[in-house]
Amino acid sequence: MHKRSLATNIFLLFLPLLILLLFILFPFYWTFITSIKPEQELYTRVLTYWPQAPTWQNYRDLFVKFDFVEPIKNSLLVAAMATIVSLVVSLLAAYAFSRFEFKGKKIFMVMFLTNNMFPTVLLLIPLYTLMRQLGLLFTPASLVLSYTTFTIPFSVWLLNGYLHDLPHSLEEVALVDGANRAQAFLRIILPLMIPCLIATGVYIFMTSWNEYTFAVMFTNADNRTIPVALKKMVGQFKIEWGLLTAGGIITIIPVCTMFFFAQKRLVEGLTAGAVKG
Amino acid sequence: MKRKRPYLWPYLLIAPALLIVLTVVFYPIINTISMSFQNYNLLQPKRIGFIGLDNYIEVLTNEKFWVSLWKTIVWVVAGVGLQFVFGFILAGLLNNKFPLRGLVRSVSLIPWVTPGVLIALMWTWMYDGNSGVLNDLLLKVGLVDKAVPFLAQAKTAFPAVILTIIWQGIPFFALMILAGLQGIPGELYEAADIDGASGSQKLFRITIPSLKNTLFVTTLLRIIWVANSVDVIYNMTSGGPGYATSTLSIYTFVEAQSLNMGYASTLSLMLTLVLLTVAIPYLRNMFKAQEN
Repeated sequence: MHKRSLATNIFLLFLPLLILLLFILFPFYWTFITSIKPEQELYTRVLTYWPQAPTWQNYRDLFVKFDFVEPIKNSLLVAAMATIVSLVVSLLAAYAFSRFEFKGKKIFMVMFLTNNMFPTVLLLIPLYTLMRQLGLLFTPASLVLSYTTFTIPFSVWLLNGYLHDLPHSLEEVALVDGANRAQAFLRIILPLMIPCLIATGVYIFMTSWNEYTFAVMFTNADNRTIPVALKKMVGQFKIEWGLLTAGGIITIIPVCTMFFFAQKRLVEGLTAGAVKG
Repeated sequence: MKRKRPYLWPYLLIAPALLIVLTVVFYPIINTISMSFQNYNLLQPKRIGFIGLDNYIEVLTNEKFWVSLWKTIVWVVAGVGLQFVFGFILAGLLNNKFPLRGLVRSVSLIPWVTPGVLIALMWTWMYDGNSGVLNDLLLKVGLVDKAVPFLAQAKTAFPAVILTIIWQGIPFFALMILAGLQGIPGELYEAADIDGASGSQKLFRITIPSLKNTLFVTTLLRIIWVANSVDVIYNMTSGGPGYATSTLSIYTFVEAQSLNMGYASTLSLMLTLVLLTVAIPYLRNMFKAQEN
């Protein structure tokens, strides 16, 4: 690339970038501003773009009046369980796909990879009746199981890609040295895979934490997750925008933090498949 | 050290994942197909039973189905199309060197990690007819002379939810395209510069052909996700006012919520059929990739 003048840079780079970033970030700014406005400042004739009397009252109310701790606990439980279950079974499957040749491999692989293409609503209906029959409806387990419908295919794909890039010679050395497959896997592959497992885990956690469609059908007042609880704030007499936006900010802080730490490797894994093709 | 029966290992390793997938994906799909031929309303459990093609006939003769199908097409074409355009622009901008680029890139991905429900609620609040910031801005600039209740009137509700899904999807496109752009060797552009190629020639002769596969895969994936998306529209308008924002996913979800499972199953199978037209080229591409 050759050097461009400052003027070109301003008009072709900084200005469009600024506009796009404003578009992308303004809703978050507005959500945050709303969450720290006192009630009377929310519904005035003249909107304020920075609160005149900023307050943390909404955040206090969220935990004291609304009991937002419960949905946080429920979401943590579901997301953590979904992450552990999906990671373990997907890692085993991805290892099989990347290191063994076996009959039916291609069919199995396509089976795994394609099943996150089915519409959510297609699975929602039979899973609802299935969970009812199994007695799992309105328990966290029903969500953990439902979330595997999209986390397993995704994790198998991602982990398979990462494993593919680990040279096979690493384990072969160990195998020659007398270790068995399981030992080679535990001592050589697993430690090397830890960053990839974290990245994949963050993605699973994030999507489970954010999921709404299954959550609203499969939970009740006792085990509501955060997205369902947020929506429930709308139901009562009027919409409590102050509380709701405070809840929203609290919801995205953990996922954003995790995402920022895991993003480099996650993005590598995500894009590798599509770019290489 | 002797590996006895090494051929058993791979099957054992995939067994747990396979078992889960069979239970929560394949068995349920067969169940959906079976339910689509039944009167299966959980609110009337005594009347559950096979009714042949009745659900299908009801779906196909219901005007709401055809309206929803059309809404799905507009939703996907406008939503994904503009995500593509803005994602491409953002990726192109982020591909330049400038201070704080890493931070800007991370920050611009935030909509992608935000829950759909929250996105829906944030935008509902901005679109609000009384205290919404969007109306305030439009009034200040003078683009409207009285506040517009965006989500409450049929004319504006659909464009409003489409704008929201565009906002949600830009980061993913930008992310994928940026990775593609960074994979194009710089020498290609240098050679083009020497030959005196113009900016648009470089775009159409180098950039787009090199990104072909990325664009193809990303767009198909996005089409499937956007068509399946429930949370954004449902939490903004529940498909209303009237059927104004009722895509097939929303229509199905609303029926499922009222526990009318037989009819909802038929609807969801229709949606699946529509999506197969997109999924087949994607699968073909994936098969090819597996073979290499």
